[in-house]
Amino acid sequence: MKMSEAIAGMPTPPAGAPMRPSVRQREAAARTSRTLVRRRIVNNIMVALLTLSAVIATLPLLFILFHLAKSGLSSLSIDFFIKDPKSVGESGGGMANAIIGTLIVVSVGCAIGLPIGVGAGLFVSEQKHTRLATVVRFLADVLNGLPSIVMGIFAWQFLVRPVGHFSAIAGGIALAAMLVPMVTRTTEEMVALVPHALREAALALGYSRARTGLVIVLRTAMGGIVTGALVAVARIAGETAPLLFTALGNQFRSFSLSKPIAALPLQIFQYAVSPYEDWHAQAWAGALVLIAMVLTISIVARVATTSHGDGGSD
Amino acid sequence: MATAAVTEVSAARGRSSTTLRVDRGGAFDAPTRERIVVQRLSAYFGTKCAVKDVSMHVLDNRVTAIIGPSGCGKSTFLRCLNRMHETVGGATATGSVLLDGHDIFGAKVNPAAIRKHVGMVFQKPTPFPTMSIRDNVAAGLAVMSPRPSRGDVDAIVERALRRAALWDEVKDRLHMPATGISGGQQQRLCIARALATDPEVLLLDEPTASLDPISTQAVEELVYELRREVAVVIVTHNMQQAARVSDSTAFFMLGEMVEFAATAQLFTAPADPRTEAYITGRFG
Amino acid sequence: MTVNAETRSDAGAPGDAASPGIEGQHLQGGGLADRVYDVVIKGFALCVPLLLLLLVLAITEAAWPALRQFGFGFLTSSDWDPNNQKFGAAPAIYGTIVSSIIALVIATPLAVGVAIYIAEFAPLWLRRPVAFLIDLLAAIPSVVYGLWAIFVLVPLMRTAVMPFLRDTLHLGATPLFSGPAYGPSMLSAGLILAIMVLPYISSVSREVLLAVPRSQREAALALGATRWEAIQGAVLPFAKSGIIGGIILGLGRALGETMAVTMVIGNRHEISASLFSPGYTIASLIANEFSEASGDLHLSALMAVGFILFVITLIVNGIARWLVWQTGGGRRVRA
Ligand SMILES: Nc1ncnc2c1ncn2[C@@H]1O[C@H](COP(=O)(O)OP(=O)(O)O)[C@@H](O)[C@H]1O
Ligand SMILES: [Mg+2]
Repeated sequence: MKMSEAIAGMPTPPAGAPMRPSVRQREAAARTSRTLVRRRIVNNIMVALLTLSAVIATLPLLFILFHLAKSGLSSLSIDFFIKDPKSVGESGGGMANAIIGTLIVVSVGCAIGLPIGVGAGLFVSEQKHTRLATVVRFLADVLNGLPSIVMGIFAWQFLVRPVGHFSAIAGGIALAAMLVPMVTRTTEEMVALVPHALREAALALGYSRARTGLVIVLRTAMGGIVTGALVAVARIAGETAPLLFTALGNQFRSFSLSKPIAALPLQIFQYAVSPYEDWHAQAWAGALVLIAMVLTISIVARVATTSHGDGGSD
Repeated sequence: MATAAVTEVSAARGRSSTTLRVDRGGAFDAPTRERIVVQRLSAYFGTKCAVKDVSMHVLDNRVTAIIGPSGCGKSTFLRCLNRMHETVGGATATGSVLLDGHDIFGAKVNPAAIRKHVGMVFQKPTPFPTMSIRDNVAAGLAVMSPRPSRGDVDAIVERALRRAALWDEVKDRLHMPATGISGGQQQRLCIARALATDPEVLLLDEPTASLDPISTQAVEELVYELRREVAVVIVTHNMQQAARVSDSTAFFMLGEMVEFAATAQLFTAPADPRTEAYITGRFG
Repeated sequence: MTVNAETRSDAGAPGDAASPGIEGQHLQGGGLADRVYDVVIKGFALCVPLLLLLLVLAITEAAWPALRQFGFGFLTSSDWDPNNQKFGAAPAIYGTIVSSIIALVIATPLAVGVAIYIAEFAPLWLRRPVAFLIDLLAAIPSVVYGLWAIFVLVPLMRTAVMPFLRDTLHLGATPLFSGPAYGPSMLSAGLILAIMVLPYISSVSREVLLAVPRSQREAALALGATRWEAIQGAVLPFAKSGIIGGIILGLGRALGETMAVTMVIGNRHEISASLFSPGYTIASLIANEFSEASGDLHLSALMAVGFILFVITLIVNGIARWLVWQTGGGRRVRA
């Protein structure tokens, strides 16, 4: 579209333009119907492009889920859930060790990360006008944006290097370090939705601030906090990078916190980059199980959010 | 005496007035004393002065009304009486408030303890959404010392709900969420919650402002009855309401207390021209 | 102030009322719970700055030997030779930046497009489901993307996409798309990163677009603008800095993404103009060489590239937060 047409196409003269009908404006009037058609066409093209981008953007998800289902289901069996890996060359075996390992490492992460995150979030919203609260809120955002591999380096430097061996507890702490800032922010947001009037009502009953915070505010916000925490847990459950330096992985079943331990994402990675067909099939099955875990948690969380929806905000 | 005056005021002003179907004897003529004495109280938000140098008192077994235009400091004053004022960031107060002779601003005083003796109900109903009707009423009992036994709690809940004239309406759904009842019922639930711990004073901040006329009448009757047992301070910007339910009335303007008198007198023969201007509707 | 004597006239002597007076000691004491509560939640809150402090400490300490030995040259040298104890981070830094740029170039139009579609054009019943599907992309673990990329995306790149770009479109004449199509490459890494950052850019853009006041577009529509003109003229200018913030947040994700990239980038220490050739990113370098690090200096060099990544993402995130925060008017935008 040429500049003159662009101007003619404008419904009103630009501010400050003289109101006398100029030659250009008379020409414009003559062309109005033509430019109108043109503008409609541009509009329709843009709508088509935007719709197309929505279609393209959803395709990868569908492809990934399709391939996971196709390749994963065919390698999935009961053995996968109850057997440990066989050594290279032998067929069969499963990833029970990794499933157990993921549960252990994620539990350790939650046990450490959730209370700290909820407590910090409670502080940030209860004392929101203090300087510390502002700083904590900002730093939580900063931490949320850091690559997860950095959390692995941190746990490795402080928990693996000094003791000289990898451990489940180091993996759990690396995951906890990811959990803390996420849960801090969620808790803060959810607590902020609790009406101030409820706090006042509790205080007016003679409740201490502590009791008000824990029994009234936290309990009222709990639905939302659980939702946010579930999303965060789903995310750490799928993390691999921080575990490379901490939990390391283990071909055998381990329940010890002080020994290297397997984890589903780690094992998927190791099998995927291996040269063995058998292991590739196992990796697909593992990925299917992992994604089922993660998506179930995310979807449960999301459905829970939609059902208590905007109700928490007034 | 004042009873007649109340009816007179309403009638004279030609507005609809609620006929109070309550026994006018009993508590009304009971001997009384000063429950709360306020001396030279000023309250601030940061440097902004919201209540200026107010001295007054609250009598036991009487209803004291506080009226005045919006923003004149009624709520702020009321919230000083149970130390809720200071829960707002940057809020301070000077002067003294004596509760049965004890200065509630005293150095060793725990504000939470004051609030157990001086209950409060807010403009909007504030039932705790995570709790049932029963648990809402019992909420305050959890911080009483000694804490009532489990068996006592049910009796206390029933009594509080009866006092709040809500028992018959909710007795079949005590375990339902408290947010499931109507606004008027929720407000009476909040009054029941405040009464369950047997406070000596009940502060009501425009308790009927968000209610429909029928619920308003129910709450007004309740307030009228409550004086048998507690001292009531009610903030309202509805003058008819003050005239209907209170024994004495304080008129606030721009943070100052302009006049404090028996309700009948304040409404029929105000001493201050500003009071007269307000009650005859010339401003506010 | 007028206090009429009459209010006091029916007052009896104090003490003869029905209910007894309050005893002073009942009003005192307590408050211990609050003090404990304050200390405990403050302690939890302090964990957040403490965590960041420990991160800085850990990574600096681990990186220090290499940083001291190689100094500024560490950033510019492309030598990475563990056998001779020589380490230079240039290829990894180059690969990190290039793969992230590819990701943004591909993801941005799609992400912003789908955000505009959801916020402005999609029928109401379709908005939630589409947004949900896009957001689900963010929930897929990195390692699953990597697995899919190894077995589906990379073969497709090798057999179809790369030959198409190079031969059919004759882009092979440019250095960017020349050379043999191995499959694992900078381009593959950029593409998988694009899919991974798309939901972040899209959800931030969507929130920002929805935060633009309705009156903006209605005024434009009332003047006779078409819907696209209204968006172009009245909505996008408002949302611009927020969308840019979202793109930069996506950049932060792309820079630090580890597993999927490690699995498809080919892991080779070289700077090549062609996007078809394998490379390294900082994160993939660390992930790939950590387990077989040949000595303390090698480990420290890996930590030193980690340090560089840490600093870059810190800065990128700071800028992004600031931009998004401005447009959102302080409203929290999820990312
Ligand atoms: N939280 C607060 N912060 C600052 N100023 C306030 C706050 N609450 C009330 N005020 C101010 O104090 C004055 C008295 O308010 P309030 O006691 O609520 O009036 P009323 O209840 O009579 O309508 C008003 O001018 C109001 O603007
Ligand atoms: Mg008020």
